[in-house]
Amino acid sequence: MNDHDHDHEHDHAHDRPLSGPALRVKALESLLVEKGLIDPKTLDEIVDTYENKVGPRNGARIVARAWVDPAYRQRLLADATTAIAEFGYIERWAEDMVAVENTPGVRNMVVCTLCSCYPWPVLGLPPAWYKSDAYRARAIVDPRGVLKAFGEDIPEDVEVRVWDSTAEMRYLVLPERPAGTEGWTEEQLAQIVTRDAMVGVGTVKRPGGGT
Amino acid sequence: MNSIHDMGGMHGMGPLVIEHDEAVFHERWQGRVFAMRMACAFHRKWNADMGRYARERMPPAEFLAASYYERALYALERVLVENGLVGEDELAGGQATSMAKGAPTLKPEQVATIVRTRRRARLDDDVAPLFKVGDAVCARNIHPEGHTRLPRYARGRRGIIDRDHGVFAFADSNAMTRDKKPQHLYSVRFAATELWGSAVSPHDSAYLDLWDDHLEPA
Repeated sequence: MNDHDHDHEHDHAHDRPLSGPALRVKALESLLVEKGLIDPKTLDEIVDTYENKVGPRNGARIVARAWVDPAYRQRLLADATTAIAEFGYIERWAEDMVAVENTPGVRNMVVCTLCSCYPWPVLGLPPAWYKSDAYRARAIVDPRGVLKAFGEDIPEDVEVRVWDSTAEMRYLVLPERPAGTEGWTEEQLAQIVTRDAMVGVGTVKRPGGGT
Repeated sequence: MNSIHDMGGMHGMGPLVIEHDEAVFHERWQGRVFAMRMACAFHRKWNADMGRYARERMPPAEFLAASYYERALYALERVLVENGLVGEDELAGGQATSMAKGAPTLKPEQVATIVRTRRRARLDDDVAPLFKVGDAVCARNIHPEGHTRLPRYARGRRGIIDRDHGVFAFADSNAMTRDKKPQHLYSVRFAATELWGSAVSPHDSAYLDLWDDHLEPA
């Protein structure tokens, strides 16, 4: 879609022309439609859903609520599945979520070393770097190095916890609320919460300075 | 299985490339693969663990050369054929030789519900836990040829039960024989130094979700 795409890591490992998988996928879709297994309009709807409707804004609202509402924060940390279901992003029986909280002394980050598990209903589909072999291989053994690549220098005495999503639990990092946002509304706060902060590779910063 | 997908701790995977404001799907075909996988799963001919195992069986050299959605495409083709929705001849020839005996197809108006209702792995079975929070455990030194969620880097390493998530389907057996083998799933905390040696920070730790069958008392 973008003309700079082939510069990026998801494509660099193979020299075959992009028409290769595209053609194979088109053939498979035609076959599955012909066999009555899929409806192409459903595929359009799924793509549109993940491109436009489900994404990290969902998670940002959860984080903002936790920042302004101590009771919600407690519910989120005690039983994230039920607390997130309050927003309607998931059915409470559908997805098992765990929220882990950053503090001045603890930094959490999430990886899936075996696959690329990620909390789709609250963060959307993962970015390419999260699915990349480089992140999956390195995050678990060298989290501080990975955080540095994201511009995060972690003091030696801070504890770094890496959550490897090896089962069906999905993890959401509750970042620290930046200083200087006292009095902000939940909606204002939601706008500054980033996807990277909720995966644990970034922190939330107050626009125009401070952290 | 001890294959390339189990890459925690490996070196040489290249630099971490971080895009900014990236598209959800970089190419149209990637979105089609993603959507086809979801629409085909709706027929319930395989479980998610079987899908994972299909991807892991991609030959390692091909796996490393493939992008994320090419790996997904490979796995989708495997589960379609292995579970009888598509014939190998149909896949090779691109022509249907029969209609599928699938369930009704997923309709556009059902998508909004599907995204909120992932098939959960949590089970209601009343199974006693083998461990409790605070117990010292050791991840078993196992090397199954089939699917496993116990990564190589943790095998034989000692950790502490941090929390008990409750009873879940056991992915290792569910992928191979559809046997859910209900048992407790735990978050197990391993000191980074236990996993990687004294060169890493003594403050750091890794938390893995592991089942009773992955663990023994330390």
